[in-house]
Amino acid sequence: MLLSGLCQGFIWAILSLGVYISYRMLDFADLSCEGTITTGASVAAMLIWRGCNPFLAALLAFIAGCLAGTITGLLHTKLKIPPILAGILTMISLYSINIHIMNLATGKEGTSNLSLLNYKDQTVYAAIDRLLGIGKTNASLLLGLVIAAAVIALLYWFFGTEIGCAIRATGTNEKMCRAQGINTDVTKIIGLAASNGFIALSGALLSQYQSYTDVGMGVGSIVIGLASIIIGETLFARAKHFAVRLLGIVVGAVLYRIVVAFVIFSGMPSTDLKLMTAVVVAVALSLPILKNRLALNAKKKNAKKAG
Amino acid sequence: METNIMLSLDRISKTFNPGTINEKVALNGLDLRIEKGDFITVIGGNGAGKSTMMNAVTGVFPVDEGTITLDGEDITGLSEYKRAKYFGRVFQDPMTGTAPNMEIEENLALAYRRTKSHGLRWGISEKERVRYKEALARLDLGLENRMHAKVGLLSGGQRQALTLLMATLERPKMLLLDEHTAALDPKTADKVLRLTHEIVREDSLTTLMVTHNMKNAIEYGNRLIMMHEGQIILDIRGEDKKKLTVEALLAQFSRASGSEFANDRALLS
Repeated sequence: MLLSGLCQGFIWAILSLGVYISYRMLDFADLSCEGTITTGASVAAMLIWRGCNPFLAALLAFIAGCLAGTITGLLHTKLKIPPILAGILTMISLYSINIHIMNLATGKEGTSNLSLLNYKDQTVYAAIDRLLGIGKTNASLLLGLVIAAAVIALLYWFFGTEIGCAIRATGTNEKMCRAQGINTDVTKIIGLAASNGFIALSGALLSQYQSYTDVGMGVGSIVIGLASIIIGETLFARAKHFAVRLLGIVVGAVLYRIVVAFVIFSGMPSTDLKLMTAVVVAVALSLPILKNRLALNAKKKNAKKAG
Repeated sequence: METNIMLSLDRISKTFNPGTINEKVALNGLDLRIEKGDFITVIGGNGAGKSTMMNAVTGVFPVDEGTITLDGEDITGLSEYKRAKYFGRVFQDPMTGTAPNMEIEENLALAYRRTKSHGLRWGISEKERVRYKEALARLDLGLENRMHAKVGLLSGGQRQALTLLMATLERPKMLLLDEHTAALDPKTADKVLRLTHEIVREDSLTTLMVTHNMKNAIEYGNRLIMMHEGQIILDIRGEDKKKLTVEALLAQFSRASGSEFANDRALLS
């Protein structure tokens, strides 16, 4: 149970790192996430059905996610649609597109899910197991760890480059960016493309890990991503180094998954999970305000006593 | 083509919210020629079009009519970020000119790349750091020892000084200051103004400075223009400017515009 929490944690960590790019770097609440995770899963599952190499399938899923993010970016920058709405439009259109992608596997209209149970030997996890002979669980752990580390390294490098710095600056002060010669349309599109690319990659890994892809699997994924970010940031509140902060998000995602595994184990219906996640995120996001209120009330009481 | 003209505005017009009840003619056939090396101060009442002129020059919005020529190049149709390589800008709000979540040196590195394209090279090099440290020392605010501090932690005055440095780090064709000391306390405002004067003189930058402070407008620069209802109604330079007083300026304004000077902040300061 702990192990499955760990394995899934690493997969969701990649999604969380993707959400981190849009939410924290660009200050863009991007709801396309809910669609792109499924797009990543659908593309990977469909390609595996069609006999594609699972690693190549994951890479193509990443690219599909980048395309979806680009669409959100274009809707927002070129057509001036507000961030939330731009994300929702992409998300909703991906619902139909994801079904079309899955249709390509079965050749039937209206395929709303794809099982990989008959293709269990053709996943990335099986491939690693075959290569190293360490068992499927260890292979999942190792691959999750390696990919998460690679994504951290990649993001650390990318956001240190000139373009990366420009993207970070866009999220913190757009007007200043334009005054410094940065095309903020381009930086936003690149950021959203990268963000959704990693989200789709996480979907591709998830579909192979659980051998199942469903058109509704993305519902609430943005909230899970945010929960992981918030847990990570709270635990690593003092971290100054960017790589350590990214590591914090991975830890946050893994912890979140382990907690979920325990909660399900203790008998809570898994359908209540999304409610629980939403409550956790709402509480975490409102903590600063709650703290202020409490401090204010304490002051009032003291003032009364003094008066 | 006259070669000593840096910026030329020809019959620039801009109307906000045209055809609505909020229609506002902000610039009304504005003409202005700025020579290389000019340090021009701009004053005017509320809604005279000072900031609109700045924003038209830097391309925040397209103008309705007229042409903007910078050093012989027609930049009227150029987007804001493309014009950025020519202009160093400092804004009224100290929050506007810097990225608060980023370090001092990262902000400088962004400014250093204003004139260049952004690639996948590392965002800041060791060689640059040395240069930034020297440049920061010039501000005399102790910032050279806080290169890794987040800019959000700096005071308004420190941020304006940093923004000024960022605007001039790579020599711009023009320095544009839009009431850049208006949000600061008098002492800090004075310090930032003196710093501005120093930088402008040392780098002999062509400068346009909007201010609400008539004393400053008279004290600094070699030319003073006053705006009213989207046009320039006074243009005073050379010896005439040196002899100017606030009273004389107010009187001239009344004569030129046929109304009282209405800028609450200008009259209070």
